[in-house]
Amino acid sequence: MNITNSKYEEALARYTKKIADAATEEMVLNMGPQHPSTHGVLRLELITDGEIVKEVIPHIGYLHRCFEKHAESLSYQQTIPFTDRMDYLASMNNSHVWVMGVEKMLGIDKDIPKRVEYIRVLVCELNRIASHLIAIGTYGIDIGAFTPFLWCFRDREHIMGMLEWASGSRMLYNYIWVGGLFYDLPVGFEERCREFVNYFRPKLDELNGLLTNNQIFIQRTANVGVLPLDVAINYGCSGPMLRGSGLKWDLRRIDGYSAYPEIDFEIPVGKGEMGTLGDCWDRYKVRIDEIEQSLRIIEQCLDRLQKELKRTPDFDPRALMPKKLTPKPQDYYIRGEGAKGELGFYFIHQKNKEYDKEGKERFLDTEIPYRVKSRGPSFCNLSVLPAISKGVMIADLIAIIGSIDFVLGEVDR
Amino acid sequence: MSFEEIKTMIVNKFGEEIIVGEETTGLQPALLVDPNRIVDVCLELKNNPQTYFDFLSCLSGVDYGTEENRFGVVYHLASIPYQTRLTLKISKENSRDENDLPSFPSISSVYQAADWHEREAYEMTGIYFDGHPDLRRLLLPDDWEGFPLRKDYTTVDKYYKGIKID
Repeated sequence: MNITNSKYEEALARYTKKIADAATEEMVLNMGPQHPSTHGVLRLELITDGEIVKEVIPHIGYLHRCFEKHAESLSYQQTIPFTDRMDYLASMNNSHVWVMGVEKMLGIDKDIPKRVEYIRVLVCELNRIASHLIAIGTYGIDIGAFTPFLWCFRDREHIMGMLEWASGSRMLYNYIWVGGLFYDLPVGFEERCREFVNYFRPKLDELNGLLTNNQIFIQRTANVGVLPLDVAINYGCSGPMLRGSGLKWDLRRIDGYSAYPEIDFEIPVGKGEMGTLGDCWDRYKVRIDEIEQSLRIIEQCLDRLQKELKRTPDFDPRALMPKKLTPKPQDYYIRGEGAKGELGFYFIHQKNKEYDKEGKERFLDTEIPYRVKSRGPSFCNLSVLPAISKGVMIADLIAIIGSIDFVLGEVDR
Repeated sequence: MSFEEIKTMIVNKFGEEIIVGEETTGLQPALLVDPNRIVDVCLELKNNPQTYFDFLSCLSGVDYGTEENRFGVVYHLASIPYQTRLTLKISKENSRDENDLPSFPSISSVYQAADWHEREAYEMTGIYFDGHPDLRRLLLPDDWEGFPLRKDYTTVDKYYKGIKID
């Protein structure tokens, strides 16, 4: 045996033995990577005893695209499109956090014009609604309700259309740039956005009637997959997962970044209304309530964008953009509230060491980070799955997976 | 508790030699801790009612370059009750020999969140975590050779299982 990987080989042997042993008494069932209810390419190996799941072993990495390796060879600006592809359902939120981190390192985070900050918050919240609509719609499909899925996608389409109008792309926007934005909002965007809010509010009530308070849906999700608060914290869960367990923890409020401190919104938490605190229904309900809060945030942004921060002909969203993105050598961890939870980037920036002709070493500024680590919220949220799905029925496992709402692009990065 | 208070608290509890150094020049101050005592420090920070660092935000394995030959792990802790943050760093020199990987204690017994993060750090930077319950690869295929996020990593062969790599 190769010495290098001895500990790895041991772990692998333990795992292989576990699967082999399970094959005699219990049954090993492969769910995924092409299973519709795993929401992407996630493979779950289930050790089952009849209908009861005894153990879940997640296998991830099918969508690994070497984000961190790419980031080590591209400049900060060039990496923004790569961050879009992490959580591809909420690209704006990803690039927002990335850009905030870079701005903080450059020391220009206080100089960003208010209009730019409000536009950023506006598009991020629109994107958050789109992401939650997918979570809710696909959750309905997992449980067996088809209509909510179609309704959610119909409403999401309006958001996609608006964001395409602003950025030129439907899902992967590359809209928020370091020091500003790609472009100002198109003329008429604010009015169109307000129309959407007015259109969408009643639709949310319809959705509540169709799914949230649906007795069949409650039967399938209440008291299922209960995630106690201490387990959630210990596993590093964040976002709706953590709030579903009853903790008011929202980085938009805690860190108060961008324009959020000036905006009034509530932080919805799970209350255990239909069953136990922290069950699937609570997590689902937190998302519904968050959509409502996002609508409130959007309205407040629009109010300000149409009044004191009105569009002016000479407004240039790229005015503050540095010609060269060369921060001082430092390391910095930025975190922000993505649609799924705490999204973090850890930057290490150093100067490039080079040798001139005489062999003397010199240090040059560089635009490329030395090391980037990304902490995807879905990554940590998914890691709690084996802990909360011991002894559940296979059908309930589907409900649990859906309620976690992970995006594999972010788990694997 | 401020950064200095936390430092004093750890020194009082474990002795001077546990803090190897500190970085206070950047935006986020960091404590450099003796690698062998990281589990004790984390456990104390998590359970002490004055700090309650109960949330592991991020864990990153870092290769500090081919000239320094140093490997490290960076922990970003957050306290939910106090809304504070703390960065801990541990590092060790290593010869980069593939038969002698750097090894650090695993903190997955303190924070379950470290489980997957450490598996990722192992496969990407080639750092062992002693006492980790299940140190298999996470994102890469089981037969992957080399550690991609090391600074001296190069793709040796042009073929992967008969498929040409451009």
